[in-house]
Amino acid sequence: MLKINNLQASIEEKEILKGINLDIKPGEIHAIMGPNGSGKSTLASVLAGRADYEVTEGTVEFMGKDLLELSPEDRAKEGLFLAFQYPVEIPGVSTTNFIKSAVNEKRKYLGLEPLDAAQFLRNMKEKMKLVEIDQSLLSRSLNEGFSGGEKKRNEIFQMAMLDPKLAILDETDSGLDIDALRIVANGVNQLRTKDNAFLVVTHYQRLLDYIVPDFVHVLYKGRIVRSGTKELAKELEVKGYDFIKAEVDQEMA
Amino acid sequence: MHEENDDILEQVTSSEYKYGFVTDIEADEAPRGLSEDTVRFISAKKNEPAWMLAYRLKAYKHWLTMEEPKWPNVEYPPINYQDIIYYSAPKQKIAPDSLDDIDPELRKTFEKLGISLNEQKRLSGVAVDAVIDSVSVATTFKEELSKVGVIFCSMSEAIQEHPELIQKYLGSVVPATDNYFTALNSAVFSDGSFCFIPKGVRCPMELSTYFRINAANTGQFERTLIVAEDEAYVSYLEGCTAPMRDENQLHAAVVEIVAMEKAEVKYSTVQNWYPGDKEGKGGIFNFVTKRGICSGAHAKISWTQVETGSSITWKYPSVILKGDYSIGEFYSVAVTNNFQQADTGTKMIHLGKNTKSRIVSKGISAGKSQNSYRGLVSVAKNAGNARNFSQCDSLLLGDKCGAHTFPYIEVKNNTAVVEHEATTSKIGEDQIFYCNQRGIDTETAVALIVNGFAKEVMNQLPMEFAVEAQKLLAISLEGSVG
Ligand SMILES: Nc1ncnc2c1ncn2[C@@H]1O[C@H](COP(=O)(O)OP(=O)(O)O)[C@@H](O)[C@H]1O
Ligand SMILES: [Mg+2]
Repeated sequence: MLKINNLQASIEEKEILKGINLDIKPGEIHAIMGPNGSGKSTLASVLAGRADYEVTEGTVEFMGKDLLELSPEDRAKEGLFLAFQYPVEIPGVSTTNFIKSAVNEKRKYLGLEPLDAAQFLRNMKEKMKLVEIDQSLLSRSLNEGFSGGEKKRNEIFQMAMLDPKLAILDETDSGLDIDALRIVANGVNQLRTKDNAFLVVTHYQRLLDYIVPDFVHVLYKGRIVRSGTKELAKELEVKGYDFIKAEVDQEMA
Repeated sequence: MHEENDDILEQVTSSEYKYGFVTDIEADEAPRGLSEDTVRFISAKKNEPAWMLAYRLKAYKHWLTMEEPKWPNVEYPPINYQDIIYYSAPKQKIAPDSLDDIDPELRKTFEKLGISLNEQKRLSGVAVDAVIDSVSVATTFKEELSKVGVIFCSMSEAIQEHPELIQKYLGSVVPATDNYFTALNSAVFSDGSFCFIPKGVRCPMELSTYFRINAANTGQFERTLIVAEDEAYVSYLEGCTAPMRDENQLHAAVVEIVAMEKAEVKYSTVQNWYPGDKEGKGGIFNFVTKRGICSGAHAKISWTQVETGSSITWKYPSVILKGDYSIGEFYSVAVTNNFQQADTGTKMIHLGKNTKSRIVSKGISAGKSQNSYRGLVSVAKNAGNARNFSQCDSLLLGDKCGAHTFPYIEVKNNTAVVEHEATTSKIGEDQIFYCNQRGIDTETAVALIVNGFAKEVMNQLPMEFAVEAQKLLAISLEGSVG
């Protein structure tokens, strides 16, 4: 589904990603962990097509297409979703209206008729239950005045509505209390099928107790320095990142 | 409004100024230029009574003594007032006896603009006065309205049929001598609408006037007068478009509103005159004076405007709050793109006790345009407990445009509470990228963000207009980002 080959990217002449290789197949959940500043959000942004980043090397194939050739909106409509680490606020635009636009843009791209109000509402009701989100929240301006937890739940709700092939969750767990964490994880688990995949970016292993990954990768200084199963995450929790940093820095020295 | 949003967004990407066509129709025109003869010509064309001619001539003589105002924050080449045609009427039997007699070419023109002059076709109850160049060509639902005592007709007809009302109220809120353009308008105005809502009547439908400039080299000088007697209510809408032409055209209108005790008048405008091209060539000079008076206690006047067109806009819809407990409101969205310039705002003149005013202005600037809010809140010595709240927000698209705020506050009574808030923001790349990531392209994202920004004002518009206005915002900002 997603094949990243030697991906290198920089921002303002500063090299951040230094050769990422990653292969994600349908039905899989991959976790990316790593200390702050290692390039996790950069990887997510580059995959989503943020213009600030320059891809200097490498290829990315998504659903058989050259991902890097697609505009950000086409990537989204091809089924790539990014749950943002810091969701933005759009004053005056209700979440409902926003999602409706997004859903119908995607349908148009796929050659489908726009959803009528009743269908859309039915769909929304169903997905609202999934992430235990309230109608009143969705009537408010997008993310404006939402608590941290509400913003993150809103991201997962949008994900549910857009039904992506590949969802990248960038630190969706950070700032969540245990109940919110359970709700978010529960949402992901219910949306999981054999045809879609998840790339879960997290700083802590806590989330991985709820969303059990098939593979865990450690990103450090712009490279994937370790890959393993969920046992790797457990090991990191016990030992911290320092032991990996030490090992890697030594290898590179 | 949620339903329509998708259509609106679809249209965003489709068109530029889509009202820019010209109708090929023979016109009856005054000779180019302005003199006492021009004024007499117009008055004679309309077969006006002597008092009306006298009013015009007096205004003309005063105009000769005045100078064009230079204080607005706009720049334009000098206007040659002798190069303008002051009267142009499509050649048809003026004021056809029935709506069926309207020239089919004119009917088609209005249909192309989305205005149906066919009463049966109107689903929602909106009565329309259709004005092309200097004359009103049709007014719908006149009979139905007259059953409840509402007068809704062209200004020309009102001068003939209701001279006592016109003599009483014309110029009572905006005197001919008020400013350069009101003097000019008072001398040469050719048509417009008159609405009279008698005591205690709630007008059963929305009234609207649709203004269309068609002929080249003409100026449009329309005149609107709305009178709401005690406890009357009316919601009035105004829309306008013009063909795309390389030369600038002058539009200098005057609107007067009288709201008596406990009367309420809501006046909404969607101004979409041709704004000129991307290089700033052509477009309408929109120099308009709009003023209402709350003459009785507990009267209310609300101005709502969505200004997207014109190359230059100079306009300050105002309310004189004379009656105690009267209320004035001004809700405005002004969009400027490319080389457009807008200097717009309001004046709230508090004279009565316990009067209240509310100003919500949303300026959106893109391209190389300049967008200024200019507003006056004045509280007279006897206006105890006056209240004003002003909110002026500016949204910038790109960094070559300008947003300016000029609030003037004059308070002569220390029980007054006047609050002013202002913000300036930019559409963020973060916001656009977020939309992109959800599959929404940049053009559509801008439309969405801008409509969100303007929502508080858009919500004031009657439903039919709100949808139209949303589309307009999107279209007028096309190509301004990315
Ligand atoms: N807009 C930017 N300009 C300059 N440097 C940036 C920018 N965004 C991120 N970086 C740098 O890139 C590195 C990786 O950041 P990021 O991808 O956010 O890390 P993570 O998500 O793993 O914490 C950091 O050193 C950060 O300072
Ligand atoms: Mg990050």
